[in-house]
Amino acid sequence: MSDLRELYQQVILDHNKNPRNFKELPAATSKVEGYNPLCGDHYTIYLQLDGDTIRDVGFTGNGCAISKSSASVMTSSVKGKTKEEADRLFDVFQKLVTGHAAGLDEAELGRLAAFSGVSEFPARVKCATLAWHTLRSALQGIGEKVSTE
Amino acid sequence: MSAEPNVVLSREDGEESPRKIGTDPSPSTRLRMTKYDVQRVREDFPILRREVRGNPLVYLDNAATTQKPQQVIDRLVRYYAEENSNVHRGVHYLSEVATAAYEGARTTVTRFLNARSEKEIVLTRGTTEGINLVAYSWGRKNVGAGDEVIISAIEHHSNIVPWQQLTEEKKATLKIIPVNDAGEIDLDAYAKLLNERTKLVAVGHASNALGTINPIKKMIAMAHDAGAVVVIDGAQGVPHLTIDVQDLDCDFYAFSGHKVYGPTGVGALYGKEALLEAMPPFMGGGDMILSVSFEKTTYNALPYKFEAGTPNIAGVIGLAAALDYVTHVGLERIAAHEHDLLLYATDRLLGLDGIRIIGTAREKASVISFVLEGVHPHDIGTILDQEGIAIRTGHHCAQPLMMRFNVPATGRASFALYNTREEADALVAGLKKVIEVFR
Repeated sequence: MSDLRELYQQVILDHNKNPRNFKELPAATSKVEGYNPLCGDHYTIYLQLDGDTIRDVGFTGNGCAISKSSASVMTSSVKGKTKEEADRLFDVFQKLVTGHAAGLDEAELGRLAAFSGVSEFPARVKCATLAWHTLRSALQGIGEKVSTE
Repeated sequence: MSAEPNVVLSREDGEESPRKIGTDPSPSTRLRMTKYDVQRVREDFPILRREVRGNPLVYLDNAATTQKPQQVIDRLVRYYAEENSNVHRGVHYLSEVATAAYEGARTTVTRFLNARSEKEIVLTRGTTEGINLVAYSWGRKNVGAGDEVIISAIEHHSNIVPWQQLTEEKKATLKIIPVNDAGEIDLDAYAKLLNERTKLVAVGHASNALGTINPIKKMIAMAHDAGAVVVIDGAQGVPHLTIDVQDLDCDFYAFSGHKVYGPTGVGALYGKEALLEAMPPFMGGGDMILSVSFEKTTYNALPYKFEAGTPNIAGVIGLAAALDYVTHVGLERIAAHEHDLLLYATDRLLGLDGIRIIGTAREKASVISFVLEGVHPHDIGTILDQEGIAIRTGHHCAQPLMMRFNVPATGRASFALYNTREEADALVAGLKKVIEVFR
């Protein structure tokens, strides 16, 4: 059970049950879909950019607890940040969930640290990063549907 | 190296009348089922002795692939250790031995399906290749603009995509038979879809996602009345049901070896001889020709016309060993055991808070698809895996079906001849843990 508690930390269970920023943004400047065909996780990320700054971000859709809570924590973490800051946060997050956490700044991680257990479950890394890949695509203005396959 | 399964057959064996799947076993049948010695069967499967993440393996992903008995593993080893050679070519001793084993395996498949002759059995890579063979060879010759092909709403992607490709290419129309809320094919709707433009009907014997056993004998007769040819996707039929292609009167029947305790990468396609005879080859190459010159190639006779290139010789021989194995254990006995597990596990699962079983057909194979309120199937799969319990989670290669039931995915437990009631209990205990984590 210990690995499981490590994976399904309280933060994750809480964000899964009560996802933050779980809404469409009428004023969105871009909107990108993310899809994991393997398990059917499917989200839309709404982004409102003000210059280089993320003024607001929201998401809708469905998926497993890991993907949904990750999307929720992500939206809370990147709101108010610049594109570069959000990009850098994704890099840090990716290192965390793929087991390359050594040397990462805990302060920078903040709530993202709750996803450290994912690295023990290689099959779930895609779940944790789906929303982030989708966000990156939206930030880069590609606007295409993102698939993790 | 004994090929004898570890199963003690009871004396009543010959007396037991074939029992229809989906009907509640009578008390006397239940009594006899206790004579099915599942522990002895389990001893034939070495993988069942291993642990997964510190727990005994509880393997409930049999609709994806089944585990292999020692008899099949030993047969593969013996082929490679003592008989390996190419078939149908050499005049040397080993080639004769390999050819005899390979063609002997074809005879085993012929008898297993009750086909009329070996000419009607094309050895393939699996169900998917069998269906594609029909779509490419029969389909492209016989389906034209304005024609119609019918499939059902509970098909596996492998029985959807080849027909989409065919109908798109030929400007024909693909029609879908709807299913009811229990996951059963709507026969009235099917009757209305059939007409003089219907060229082909392709339907699964049993659904991999829901377990529904389709009334294919009736559906085949209805299609024939309309002048259509019928392809049965038997991937989930062969592991659970006794197949008689002559009694069914299907035109084609495709199945995979790995879902019936055989090796991966091998299967067979049954086709009526007259149909196969009139069909062009599917692939060109060695073994499917009689003579080749740059001006003209003469194709080989049935079934070799459809078997280009060196086949999966070991796989075919292993498939025959698997079919011998289930025949020896007894198809009716296996079906009865699996049905008991289906009823028992269904009953136990329904005792869980917030569970919904997707697919409640009256006629079901031992497959249970379910969703737990508030928990995504993917999370269920991960938590059960920590307990050593293997189930499938996802859309089961049947995305249109998931849409029909308005779920993105389900968890699926599928039972085989070696599973036990205790393993069904372990599944229920694992799901209680899931509920505990999430509530």
